Amino acid sequence: SKSQVIVQFNWRDALDLEGQLTEEEIMIRDSFRTYCQEKLMPRILMANRNEHFHREILNEMGELGVLGPTIQGYGCAGTSYVAYGLIAREVERVDSGYRSVMSVQSSLVMHPINAYGTEAQKQKYLPKLARGEILGCFGLTEPNHGSDPGGMETKAKYNPSSRTYTVSGAKTWITNSPYADICVVWAKCEDGRGRGFILERGMNGLSTPKIEGKFSLRASENLLPHVSGLAGPFGCLNNARYGIAWGALGAAEFCFHAARQYTLDRIQFGVPLARNQLIQKKMADMLTEITIGLQSCLQLGRLIDQKKYTPEMISMLKRNSCGKALDIARQARDMLGGNGIADEYHIIRHVLNLEAVNTYEGTHDIHALILGRAITGLQSFTVGK
Amino acid sequence: MHLFSMFLKFQHHLYCLCLPQIRVKPDHTGVVTDGVKHSMNPFCEIAVEEAVKLKEKKLVKEVVAVSCGPQQVQETIRTALAMGADRGIHVEVSGKDYETLGPLQVSKILAALAKKEQADLIILGKQVADFRDSGTFASEVNIEADKLKVVREVDGGLETIKIKLPAVVTADLRLNTPRYATLPNIMKAKKKKIANVKPADLGVDVSSRLEVLKVDEPPQRQAGVKVETVNDLVGKLKEAGTI
Repeated sequence: SKSQVIVQFNWRDALDLEGQLTEEEIMIRDSFRTYCQEKLMPRILMANRNEHFHREILNEMGELGVLGPTIQGYGCAGTSYVAYGLIAREVERVDSGYRSVMSVQSSLVMHPINAYGTEAQKQKYLPKLARGEILGCFGLTEPNHGSDPGGMETKAKYNPSSRTYTVSGAKTWITNSPYADICVVWAKCEDGRGRGFILERGMNGLSTPKIEGKFSLRASENLLPHVSGLAGPFGCLNNARYGIAWGALGAAEFCFHAARQYTLDRIQFGVPLARNQLIQKKMADMLTEITIGLQSCLQLGRLIDQKKYTPEMISMLKRNSCGKALDIARQARDMLGGNGIADEYHIIRHVLNLEAVNTYEGTHDIHALILGRAITGLQSFTVGK
Repeated sequence: MHLFSMFLKFQHHLYCLCLPQIRVKPDHTGVVTDGVKHSMNPFCEIAVEEAVKLKEKKLVKEVVAVSCGPQQVQETIRTALAMGADRGIHVEVSGKDYETLGPLQVSKILAALAKKEQADLIILGKQVADFRDSGTFASEVNIEADKLKVVREVDGGLETIKIKLPAVVTADLRLNTPRYATLPNIMKAKKKKIANVKPADLGVDVSSRLEVLKVDEPPQRQAGVKVETVNDLVGKLKEAGTI
């Protein structure tokens, strides 16, 4: 006989995202969530306070097979983009910094080598990157060129006699660079088009001090031959932005759940804070945005897996998730009152991190212009026509 | 050598205590099972981990994961496959039969299955281990020639025994630390086979000799009383009639 199933509202998963995932995606999410909560969460408080980078995390993630997870072969798992999103969400639930390290390795280093590199380059670098044996970074942004990478001043000059390139310039704000073993650097060639180069630590002239990465060096078999122009870096950035769209919501979920628990526990004027209307209204807003945001990310992931996506879709969700997550984190910080400023409660760390997440990989405003151009057909990036 | 790694799903309330969502049914005949997530209990995880480790050391040839219960236990079998088991067997017991499934019936099922599969070694989570006392509460397991060397945690300390195969071992907390299922292994698990078997196929009758009359939630914990001195404590205990 048919059992009567009474559906109860579940504030942890208001639109049953769980029911839309495959068994495999659920297992991947659950296994990785356990690792993040058991192994990453205990480390983050001190790591953040003391600015300590746990290099071994790359090896641990490598062992779990979560680096470059969508790549087929070369020691990678070859899983779906939805699974990649779920992974990003779980790691960013702990910390955006950890998720940035993972995104850079997977989307900004492994992806370009896989998409634009030669077979020899893939064999040489991808398996080691997948295991976390070597760490990579992505050199696009420059001191004078952030939102307009097309204006980059880093140059690559071809030397016909030695059949090498000389790459010279300076990049800045490069995640992972002080610890990176390889750097995927974008430089303008003499034909005016940008191209990607794999540079290795140890190459003469490459230095990666804590803020800026400066270099002037020779690179021979290090050109990524299968792409030129801005399509290369933007292809990578879109790959990473997709992960960020999911990840930011993971951070938002942590803040929402933490604020909920705090306001249930904290008694003022004889009742829990959660008894108050303003507090409940804030949580209703958080619940709504997170739920809707996750639904949009799931749909985007499915479209990417079906190869039916466009970059504007990714821009839309990166912008939405980051903007909403930052807002949620700030509200949550406020709900914790004075305790919200203490790093032991973790929320303030998410607030600070999400400022960066909202800014990098295309600022909130820049993505608006990408969408505006798609909506109207008129570009508003530059002053001229 | 075939290695049987087994983990069992008993009545729900064995794990209930860890899950905040478990509720007693309104008619007090059992607990609500719809929508409850079935996850492997920690002792079974340790059992599976030990089996996979023995296989990685090349001491055993095949690891088979077994579970008894309704359709949902397939999730836990898949988890075992993702950790490295080679194939699974789902002994299907559902509905009323599952609610009244007890240790006697389960041990009959496992015994019949072990015979059928010609298992050399059976590893269980310690919580279900009352029917054999060899190799229980194992904190270390090694295979030497055709014997099993087991270090057991007993009240007096550690006891090392050697037992002939086929044997049964139950896993205790300190036996190992279960691995996280890796992405590639989770994806490989999809292709591994889970065979479906009914208790009747094994010649086992699962009808229960027990009837559940009533299920109640544990009583709400009452606040205690603080006492100032040892004499006060003795006085209170005498009052309550406990000494």
